[in-house]
Amino acid sequence: MSPLEMLMAGLLVAAALCLFRAWRGPTPADRTVSVDLLGILMVGFCALLTVQTGKDLYMIVGLAWSLLSFVGSLTLAKHLEGRRFDD
Amino acid sequence: MIDLADSRHLAAYVLMALGLGFDLVGCIGLVRLPDVYNRLQAGTKCVTLGTFLLLLGVVVRFGLDAMGLKSLLCIWFVAMTSPTAAHAIARGAHRAGVPLASGSVVDRYREDGEAFGGTSARETVRRESVP
Repeated sequence: MSPLEMLMAGLLVAAALCLFRAWRGPTPADRTVSVDLLGILMVGFCALLTVQTGKDLYMIVGLAWSLLSFVGSLTLAKHLEGRRFDD
Repeated sequence: MIDLADSRHLAAYVLMALGLGFDLVGCIGLVRLPDVYNRLQAGTKCVTLGTFLLLLGVVVRFGLDAMGLKSLLCIWFVAMTSPTAAHAIARGAHRAGVPLASGSVVDRYREDGEAFGGTSARETVRRESVP
C-alpha cells in the first residue's frame, strides 16, 4: 500500500465510526451531528483523491460538497427545532 | 542536497497524516462521548481542523495552481460553514429538548431563558425593562 492509500483507508475508518453513530444514535440530533461530520470528512476524501489522481475535477466535487453539506445541516437543524422549512 | 520537490511532497504527507489523526480522534470522540453536545464539541472541532490540514496538504503539494487555489477556497468554505452548522444543530437540539448528560454542571442557554421553545415577547420586554 502506498502512503496515500493508507491515508484513504484511515479516513474510511473515520467515516465508518460516523456511520456507527448515525446507526446507534439515540436521538435524531445525534444522527444529524454524524451526517454533518460525514460531509466534512468526504471533503477531505476529495482532497486525497485530488492528490492521487492529479486531476482538478475532484477538488470541484469537494467545493460543491462542502456547500451542499452546509445547507443540508442547516435544514436538518431547522427540522430538529420543529420549524417548517419555509419560515 | 535536498531535492525541493521531494521535501514538498514529504511536507504534504506530514500535513495530511496530521489531518487524518485529527479526523480519527474526532470520530472516536463522536462514538465515545456521552451526550449530543459533547459529541458535537469533539466532532466539529477535530474534524474541521483535520479537513483543514488535509486541504492544506494539497496546497503544499501542488503550489498555487488550479488545484491549490481551489483547495484554498475549499478551506475558506469549510472554516466558515462548519462552525455555523454546529451552532445551528446545538440550538436545534436544545430547543427540541434533548437532555444533557447526567454529569453536566451548567446550562447557560437555559439560564438565559432560551430553552424549550424560546422566550415569549412579554418575557423579553420584561427583561429589557429591568435597569
